[in-house]
Amino acid sequence: MNSILSIILKRLLIGLLTLWIVTIIIFAAIELLPGDIATEMLGQAATEESLAAFREKFDLNRPVHERYFSWLGGAILGDFGISLANQRPISELIGHRVANTFFLAGYAAAIAVPIAVVSGMLAALYNGSIFDRVLSSSTLAAISFPEFFIAYILILIFSVGLGWFPSLANVDVDMGLGERLYRTFLPAMTLTLIVLAYMMRMTRAAILNLLALPYIEMAHLKGIKRWRVIAVHALPNALAPIINVIALNLAYLIVGVVLVEVVFVYPGLGQILVDAVSNRDVTVVQAACLIFAATYILLNLLADILSIIANPRLLHPR
Amino acid sequence: MHNLSHHLKDAPVSAWIGIVIVVFYAVLALGAPFLAPFAESASVGKQYMPWTSPHYLGTDALGRDVLSRLIYGARNTVGIALVTTVLAFTLGATFGLLAATIGGWFDAISSRVVDVLMAIPPLIFALLILTITGTSVIALILVIAILDSTRVFRLSRAVAQGILTMDYIEVARMRGEGMFWLIRKEVLPNAAAPLIAEFGLRFCFVFLFISALSFLGLGIQPPTADWGGMVRESAKLISFANFATFQTATFGLAPLLPAGAIALLTIGVNLVVDWVLHMSSGLKD
Repeated sequence: MNSILSIILKRLLIGLLTLWIVTIIIFAAIELLPGDIATEMLGQAATEESLAAFREKFDLNRPVHERYFSWLGGAILGDFGISLANQRPISELIGHRVANTFFLAGYAAAIAVPIAVVSGMLAALYNGSIFDRVLSSSTLAAISFPEFFIAYILILIFSVGLGWFPSLANVDVDMGLGERLYRTFLPAMTLTLIVLAYMMRMTRAAILNLLALPYIEMAHLKGIKRWRVIAVHALPNALAPIINVIALNLAYLIVGVVLVEVVFVYPGLGQILVDAVSNRDVTVVQAACLIFAATYILLNLLADILSIIANPRLLHPR
Repeated sequence: MHNLSHHLKDAPVSAWIGIVIVVFYAVLALGAPFLAPFAESASVGKQYMPWTSPHYLGTDALGRDVLSRLIYGARNTVGIALVTTVLAFTLGATFGLLAATIGGWFDAISSRVVDVLMAIPPLIFALLILTITGTSVIALILVIAILDSTRVFRLSRAVAQGILTMDYIEVARMRGEGMFWLIRKEVLPNAAAPLIAEFGLRFCFVFLFISALSFLGLGIQPPTADWGGMVRESAKLISFANFATFQTATFGLAPLLPAGAIALLTIGVNLVVDWVLHMSSGLKD
């Protein structure tokens, strides 16, 4: 058990180090703005007093490293400072939006993961069948179609054509779960379609790799039933790659959500990020980028650690 | 790889479909001023005119001919994506090959930098940088090229490392050949096939990425005709679609035409890439 612990600790350390460097990059963004932020935001005509007041308000007088640590400290506690554009606390602006974004990504994952794993296994079992071939061409479509293409096709069919689901996913805080699930169905479906084919294909590949190994053939030769070979012999070894696939795709979902939120006017973090980029509201951009990047890095870290833990060869060292 | 026509004769149907699609787009992009019935951003009619002659795909909110804008879009969107991919490739492949050949501190430093750049999701990183630089075509090309070159770096480094362990490299080194000779005469010819396939895949990625940014209003700016931007401009029309008559149904197609143009080219390039990969994976005679 000692070796596996040290592998996990090592991976954890690298992950946290990466995260730390990324916070520095995101913080440095504001420093790299050409010229002075105060003059940039208030315009050339601003008086000395208003510039000084602005610098005071956004804490621009202290040295860089002090500001970095107070920004980082605040961010860990959920306080991201104030928005440059409308001077409101950022945590107030993005609080429920973060929850909305995670809700949408979770919703999509809850649909996509079970379908992907089961059909990926079936495709591996019936390798070369029509089902398998349909799967591989749907992967081509999934990597070729831009997110908004899938989204507008779904809107045209299910919202405009059939009138089953709303095309705008406007949710608010007091909405019940059922109503919320109904209104966010089309965005969740779009995200599902984006990751589904890829996840199925990777699951299929993971299992096919395993089924080609000598110990599986040995199990078949011993006369063990087919389902038992898969459930008892293949699955424990397939678990690591499958968990890895799922976590990587969740990381992808969190980022893919940005475009889908804009299409469906869903009040999430992605939408406010895009608005902030066009307003050049740097502090809000930093906060949103930090949340997205941290989630992405942590999910990747989780993927690696889970696949280390799920690897039978590491769990039972000789 | 001897002559191209020999390979083309044996190409599967899927590869042919891909080639036809890519050639079609290339003709559109190169011949845009001759093929487009109207000017790129001139207002030539009333807004939202129906799909009849002379505006076969109607007009947009500013009375511009949609068909002409789609054709010019091929030139702008594909052109910018191509420039970006070439830049990303030059940057990534140069550093990747150098890192593998020089090794040591150069390899260590460039690999760590790439690791950190790849730890941040590209879309998020691009949005962060575009906030600082503002949205201009030059900024767009540079940001995406640098972000994308990290993927090219990884691949070309791995491919070159595989080649550098070969015996003939050892012989060349013992002969006293210089580093650039090694890269040019030994590494590059052997790395060509995977790098060509990677170029296709990178192009698709860059093309989708630029379209996504333009769709968000942060990429290629109007009045330049661009497919991502056209989807954004016509997106609201979709709620006016009605399948009762053909003319009202076309409202729903307004955002789907440019989006479909993006999807079709990506499929075409992917089909060609699959074929190139298949050929280079030892199945060539």
